[in-house]
Amino acid sequence: MAITGIMRPGFIQIRVLDMPAAVEFYTKRIGLHQVTEGPDGRVYLKSADEFDHHSIVLRRADSAGVDAAAFKCLKDSDLDHYEKRVKEYGFAVDHVKAGEQPGVGRRIGFTIPSGHRIELYAHADQSDPKPRIHNPDVWDLEPHGMAARRFDHSLLYGPDIEKNLDFFEKALDFRCAERVDMPDGLLAIWLTAGMKAHDIAFVKYPEPGKLHHVAFELENWNAVGHAADIITRYEISVDIGPTRHGITRGQTIYFFDPSGNRCEVFAGGYTYYPDQPTRTWDETQVGKGIFYYERVMNEAFLSVVS
Amino acid sequence: MAPQRFLVTLDGHGQANCYEGERVLVALERAQGFGQLKNLPRRLPVGCRRGGCGICRVRVLAGEYQSGPMSRACVSAEDEAAGLVLACCIYPLSDLSLRLETPVVVKAKGERALQPV
Repeated sequence: MAITGIMRPGFIQIRVLDMPAAVEFYTKRIGLHQVTEGPDGRVYLKSADEFDHHSIVLRRADSAGVDAAAFKCLKDSDLDHYEKRVKEYGFAVDHVKAGEQPGVGRRIGFTIPSGHRIELYAHADQSDPKPRIHNPDVWDLEPHGMAARRFDHSLLYGPDIEKNLDFFEKALDFRCAERVDMPDGLLAIWLTAGMKAHDIAFVKYPEPGKLHHVAFELENWNAVGHAADIITRYEISVDIGPTRHGITRGQTIYFFDPSGNRCEVFAGGYTYYPDQPTRTWDETQVGKGIFYYERVMNEAFLSVVS
Repeated sequence: MAPQRFLVTLDGHGQANCYEGERVLVALERAQGFGQLKNLPRRLPVGCRRGGCGICRVRVLAGEYQSGPMSRACVSAEDEAAGLVLACCIYPLSDLSLRLETPVVVKAKGERALQPV
């Protein structure tokens, strides 16, 4: 097994203003399935192509945004290993008991310099629908909506992202696949724990703890086009796209959920290996890095967050 | 060798970094993307259109309206009661008179202030 320790994004918990509207959006439009609703009203969602219990947690609140981004580790002892390293790095670690979210084992949590809560866990029950593993069809339950295959990554905004970079590299074994450096310093980083071009990304922003987007992986560019048809047909608020990112090379659309949280559907992107050097962008080409076809950032990219 | 960098000042609006061999207009477009140019004959401030980001904040000067849910991170209950609301979350019940009060983030602790116009 080459990928050890922190494997991948596991789930993200986001705040929504209107739960019925959010559930309809994420199930009918993004194409997820509701697994269950917890006693505290949180709703747990997954793609039919994911094995684990859930990957999206919706919490009703009076503000939009993100509560926590959680990564899944390969084995339970990894949690002890990373707790030690995070503490040695100098950050406080807290514990969340197994079952605080249905189907999820014990978690450790900590707050990073950009103001976001990051969690690690190693166990999740499986839930239906999920892929078959013996003589599997390409799908068991027929995909619907945008046909999201998985929760792919998140992009978070906050201050001190150079400290985030140092922490993720030194304490959590992430690698920096790409970065943007402006004349006044580091603007953005794309970090990976495995072989995707990014598992989490950060952009410098004065206000801590903000959410730029939650991304779902689609099968290919045609699926991105179908998602665009759905966005128009159901009058979903669109930000930009379909287009492509120079950074990660992903094909993409940005749009908003009914609470104003930005979502992305994303296909493609290159494969990252840990011996690859960090790809760098400067001020002259950053527009192309963010939106490869437009070659300029839209005004919303750096200013519209939840 | 890295290309030389110049500073382009657009009178009354702001400044842009422009690199040797680069069209000035391209640098201005980039500066606009970074929000470095102010008071341009700009489009309406539009963000998420769903009450989460706060970009479209307005003050209702006159008229009646209904409100949908809007993020308390952008509009407090006191603000909302005083008519400071998100334009994407209000529905008219009469003719309305509005003033744009677009917020900008000014401090790390998240205080928002009026954008200078």
